[in-house]
Amino acid sequence: MNYISHIGQYFIMWKDIFRKMTKYSVLRSLIIQEINDLGVRSLGIIVFISLFIGAVITIQTALNFSNPLIDNSLIGFAARQSIILEFSPTFISIIMAGKVGSYITSSIGTMRVTEQIDALEVMGINSLNYLVFPKIVAMFAFPFLIIISMFVGIVGAYVAGVYGGFLSADQFFTGLKEDFIPFQMVYAFIKSFIFAMILATVPSYHGYYMKGGALEVGKAATTSFVWTSIVIIVSNYLITQLLLS
Amino acid sequence: MIHVKNLNKSFNSDHVLRGITTDFQRGITNLIIGQSGSGKSVFLKCLIGLLQPDSGSVFYEDKEYGKLSPKQKRELRKQMGMVFQGGALFDSMTVEENVMFPLKMFNPMSSNQMLNRVNEVLDRVNLKGVNKKLPADLSGGMQKRVSIARGIVNYPKYLFCDEPNSGLDPRTSSVIDELIQEITKEYNITTLINTHDMNSVFEIGEKIVFLKDGILEWTGDSQSVHHCENQHLNNFVYSSNLFKQARKANLKGL
Repeated sequence: MNYISHIGQYFIMWKDIFRKMTKYSVLRSLIIQEINDLGVRSLGIIVFISLFIGAVITIQTALNFSNPLIDNSLIGFAARQSIILEFSPTFISIIMAGKVGSYITSSIGTMRVTEQIDALEVMGINSLNYLVFPKIVAMFAFPFLIIISMFVGIVGAYVAGVYGGFLSADQFFTGLKEDFIPFQMVYAFIKSFIFAMILATVPSYHGYYMKGGALEVGKAATTSFVWTSIVIIVSNYLITQLLLS
Repeated sequence: MIHVKNLNKSFNSDHVLRGITTDFQRGITNLIIGQSGSGKSVFLKCLIGLLQPDSGSVFYEDKEYGKLSPKQKRELRKQMGMVFQGGALFDSMTVEENVMFPLKMFNPMSSNQMLNRVNEVLDRVNLKGVNKKLPADLSGGMQKRVSIARGIVNYPKYLFCDEPNSGLDPRTSSVIDELIQEITKEYNITTLINTHDMNSVFEIGEKIVFLKDGILEWTGDSQSVHHCENQHLNNFVYSSNLFKQARKANLKGL
């Protein structure tokens, strides 16, 4: 019953975000700030993780292809499919649930605890719009981060595969281009966008509606990470079922 | 003027406010006093609309708050200033940005006009040279003054102060009290102060509302406190020996 009421409150929050818009000149600077905090500052960790995971995917695939009849170009194919379809959109989103999600929950939660949200409300400002809307807009940039992750992941796969002696560069590029279905990029883009909305709003919900003090802010950040991850994983299943099956 | 009529508020089985009816006049400092847990903060939050009362009405002049549309409520809230117990300053903004915030949101002033107004109110609360500092770099008293400056910068008609003296030394508390009283007279606003500081009661209490377990037990001014027969109020106000002595002296006409 409690879960149902949270789900209901979450969707009411979505409605309330758009109830009364903040002045455009104020929103503009908030959006730029959020793009920097949520997007640009996440770029380093995304590049680092993508590079190494791309490399590991290639090594694991190569080591598990023991049949001499299987062409080595399949290593490049498997790396591409793993990175584009799942690793970059889904697992980077889950990593971002830890980084960006906990940042959002703790910053909004601290504002709740220190009555800063009450101060906004007393001034006649729609605090949900002021706090959450810029995050939603900033997260429109998230799919572009995922594209960067895909590119860097494939670079990592190339470096580990070719310089690790598992396959030649020609074999890698042959595999990379093999049976490429452009819709798979659309699928990855669509789910990245949906995950971005989840990343902006589920942690905001946990921060905005939290009650208590400093300890509860920490608890809310943990709960937010767990629930954001769960929602991303369940959505991933549903989107895949709808778009690919 | 704010008129409160038969206000009730409960949290589950806990009946926090019980049928409160009173008025708060413009141009005087209205104090809400009572022990911790007596319902003062809940009362204040019901007045400004942060909490929804179970029953009863709050009138701002002739407008009943509960019957206003969300848009009208937001318009009314633009006329309110609030000084929170902890200051509630936006900690990522400088003092100047904090004070300028309500102007930026609602006032069609140019940047220069806003800056002039910010400097004017910071000067009014005796804060100079702190414009570029962050709230964390200020003392508790200075933070309260910034909070007052933010509360009055947009020319409010109503000023609400939730325990503005908590955590401050007696001298600073007194300065804050005097400042709020002066601003109330100067701007001719309706000021409500939620406090359990007895110095505030005697120094600036032009109208005092005493709450006990969510019930309005007594109303009067700082002078009538000395002659009051209400046992609960006397227990609350004269819980320290210093104030007991003061009362004896006052009754003797010393």
